[in-house]
Amino acid sequence: MEKQRCIIVGASHAAGELCISLRKEGWTGVITVVGEENYLPYNRPPLSKTFLAGEKNIDDLLIRHAEAYTKADVQMKLGCRVEKIDRESKKVTLNTNETLAYDKLILTTGARPRIMDMPGAELENVFYLRSIQDADHIRPYIQKESRAVIIGGGYIGLETAAMLVSTGMHVTLLERDPRILNRVAAPEISQFFSRIHTEEGVELFTDVDISELKADGNGTKVNEVVCSDGKSFAADLLIIGIGVITNSELAEEAGLEINNGIVVNAFAETSDPDILAAGDCSYHFNKHYQRWLRLESIQNAVEQAKVAARTVCGNPQEYDQIPWFWSDQYDLKLQIAGLSGGYDNLIVRGDLSAGRKMAVFYFKEDNLIAVDAVNSPQEFMFGKRALAQSSRLDIDKLTDSSVPMKELMLQD
Amino acid sequence: MPLVTYISHDGTTTEIEVPAGNSVMQGAVDNMLDGIIAECGGSCSCATCHCYIDEAWLEKVPAASEMEKDMLECVLEPQDNSRLSCQIHLTDELDGLIVKLPESQF
Repeated sequence: MEKQRCIIVGASHAAGELCISLRKEGWTGVITVVGEENYLPYNRPPLSKTFLAGEKNIDDLLIRHAEAYTKADVQMKLGCRVEKIDRESKKVTLNTNETLAYDKLILTTGARPRIMDMPGAELENVFYLRSIQDADHIRPYIQKESRAVIIGGGYIGLETAAMLVSTGMHVTLLERDPRILNRVAAPEISQFFSRIHTEEGVELFTDVDISELKADGNGTKVNEVVCSDGKSFAADLLIIGIGVITNSELAEEAGLEINNGIVVNAFAETSDPDILAAGDCSYHFNKHYQRWLRLESIQNAVEQAKVAARTVCGNPQEYDQIPWFWSDQYDLKLQIAGLSGGYDNLIVRGDLSAGRKMAVFYFKEDNLIAVDAVNSPQEFMFGKRALAQSSRLDIDKLTDSSVPMKELMLQD
Repeated sequence: MPLVTYISHDGTTTEIEVPAGNSVMQGAVDNMLDGIIAECGGSCSCATCHCYIDEAWLEKVPAASEMEKDMLECVLEPQDNSRLSCQIHLTDELDGLIVKLPESQF
């Protein structure tokens, strides 16, 4: 009998996990990964930190080294792209005109940076930060006393600001909303991180409406960012971090159901059961929070990939995870468990206005729904466990950081 | 190349040559070894690469950072020889290292 074929589209973090999980779950057929970038699946979080700083190289970034894929008998087709899915004949066509047949197709196409729609944004010192290539292009601009302007006060913008300012660059961060991290965190967290970045020397501006990116005399580089209120900022380097959009066009053109990403069920199957999707590109239902989500996170990429592998191998298991995230800025490690959206009460443990350590617990109708913890791994770990087990915390003692987290876990 | 012996909770022993500079976690991940999940990719953020260092090696392994110590206080089944395997990088001095993997990560 001819071997079954599984094709993975996108050499992303989810793909790196899938290859190995498929083998662990017993897939004996062919595994082919088609990836547009010339690299094996790699960890993206260090791109805005140690890799950009030049402290880590590409080899350090790889999720697994090449031998691991060879051992797992995975065929890597890098530097090429799937252009079309033909669901009738179960074939994909690459940009090289090669055609590959599949029995199971898994889309791990991820997301790409949202492009700033403004004249000047295409000039040569304007960058986004999502790939090794992006970081490699930014690195030569990192020079002491040079001026970096960062547009967007989300995680990418803040992590990059932290890294750049620590090299001695002058860093200005511009945020359109009234506060940084507006879309993802409570005002208390925004306030804490604003203070830290300001203390570290980043010039932070919120409520900013950018009206013009002014080019230099040659018209090749942006040298000034102008705002509608008349403020302007000199720039040698411009980095834009204003969110991402999913790479779901391929799926859409193939007629798969799309809604804020590629729609998948609890088993990572799209509207075509022979096509699955995992990671940033997927739109899925979270059982714990009872709502549809698109998550940009490593955990989601890894765990959904595992679910997809089990489905493909005939050992299906429902996706059921408490989302968690982290962000490293300076010596601060922010660890987030759960989703805080919709909270009706929050409790701060520690001091928001001083120091570099604190945690915020979010509640809805007296139930814990999320924890944001800065340099407080115990708060994060116990919070995560409490969420997973739906156990209760001793709310009255939570504000007293002298009481260890261990003692706040109520058994019921 | 430093040789690391991984002992799973059921006693299964796997010997892996891990390039110097790589972490104990990376050696397991590259070789599809069960028992080390390593969700965060080695940034000391998730504690899913928890391991126990063989007593004979405890003194040779560099000490844990404060962050790692804090994380270790929260793992399931902690012991005095608990470490996060992503934070232990192999050197020639660690050739022969033996680590045990907790049941909770299988």
